[in-house]
Amino acid sequence: MTSPLRLCVRRSAVTGSREAATLVTLRLPSDVNCIEEAVELVTRHCLAGHESTESIRFRLRVVLSEAISNAIVRGNCEDCNKWVDVRAELGPDVISVYVTDEGPGFDPSAIPEPIRPEQLDEANGRGLFLIRKLVDAVQFNTQGNSICMILRRW
Amino acid sequence: MGFSESKESGGVTVVKVDGQLIIGNRHELKDLVQTALDRGDRRLLVDFSRTGYIDSSGLGALVSISKRIREAGGELRLSGLNDDLRSLFELTKLDTLFAITETPEQALSSF
Repeated sequence: MTSPLRLCVRRSAVTGSREAATLVTLRLPSDVNCIEEAVELVTRHCLAGHESTESIRFRLRVVLSEAISNAIVRGNCEDCNKWVDVRAELGPDVISVYVTDEGPGFDPSAIPEPIRPEQLDEANGRGLFLIRKLVDAVQFNTQGNSICMILRRW
Repeated sequence: MGFSESKESGGVTVVKVDGQLIIGNRHELKDLVQTALDRGDRRLLVDFSRTGYIDSSGLGALVSISKRIREAGGELRLSGLNDDLRSLFELTKLDTLFAITETPEQALSSF
């Protein structure tokens, strides 16, 4: 049986800023059927209280979905004993979303570009490419099991 | 959310994607297309006029069914993509792999 999602929202001060920032955290099981609900919840909290364009809503939705999907399928190999943690730091101008799995990590530089002619007919390998195209910056931790995606609100 | 299938005049099998084509339901589409191929259908249209979102797994499923249809000597068309979904095809250059039309009617007349 799938565990219910547990969403925890709390506020903390952004270092060096007078504006309050919101921290949103979500832990979800390694079940692809939970992705849609997780994406909907995090997107809603990321955009709450801010004027948002349809563009940022779509970009956020896509990159959240791809990052969580990668974490569940590639990182945790859909192991029901492993979890995926989503942490979103919401500043007035920038949204930073971290997605972390319990897998061994991977080398993001080893993923081939899916738009190369020889890759175009491949069924897999477009998730990270889409993330890179749709956010303003992407970072990985040293282990390669945590991605940070940074989006400007406008 | 799901898929519906119909047969248009001219023998084109039309699959409508209602809601999303994502990692959680992509196998359903692949199975549906395989069943159509197994019974001899060779002209297929996947219509996204009522689709809000396609993730990279959904894009991958379309690449897979495109290959299967091609190998069976058939033809595949896609139609009805909204601007956001169209942008995903353009970013990934899949707009160069698929025959895409704005409306299902345009796709049906192009077979």
